[in-house]
Amino acid sequence: MPMAAQEIETMIKAAIPDAEIEITDLAGDGDHYAARVVSESFRGLPRVRQHQRVYAALDGRMGGVLHALQLTTAIPQ
Amino acid sequence: MTDDARSRIESTVKGNDVVLFMKGTPLFPQCGFSSRAVAILEHLGVEYASVDVLQDQGIRQGIKEYSDWPTIPQLYVKGEFIGGSDIMMEMYESGELSQLLQDQGVATAH
Repeated sequence: MPMAAQEIETMIKAAIPDAEIEITDLAGDGDHYAARVVSESFRGLPRVRQHQRVYAALDGRMGGVLHALQLTTAIPQ
Repeated sequence: MTDDARSRIESTVKGNDVVLFMKGTPLFPQCGFSSRAVAILEHLGVEYASVDVLQDQGIRQGIKEYSDWPTIPQLYVKGEFIGGSDIMMEMYESGELSQLLQDQGVATAH
């Protein structure tokens, strides 16, 4: 079962409340997404830790039901 | 993760300066993300070892626990987990990846 973009956004938002999230359905098939997550809470964390926080928010779905999520993280300008 | 998988992962990661755990081989990647990771390393002209996780279920699961990272590909430099293909691409574009390799004393063509 693929995941809906809204569901991805809701899960990230629940774990990282200040996150600004932009999700793009890359292939239009509900299975290949790109996400850009911007949060102040990423400040000072290496990229790997920033991505791990987003993956943790998705609670095991990444690499499982969610195969393709091209992830970019950033700190607000 | 089984002890066997852990010890094989550790010896691979510690025994090679640059290691890419991927789906398929550099010549025949079996996933777009792995293909992208290979392209980056080829562009940098760095020598690397690759492990095809599709040939080994123990390593395929074990590597995710080893790095606490849910997806493949995964890049290691001098025993350190660097990231997956998105982080590799970001670091490649910003020049950080070739800087990191240089800092670690790994030869690149560029």
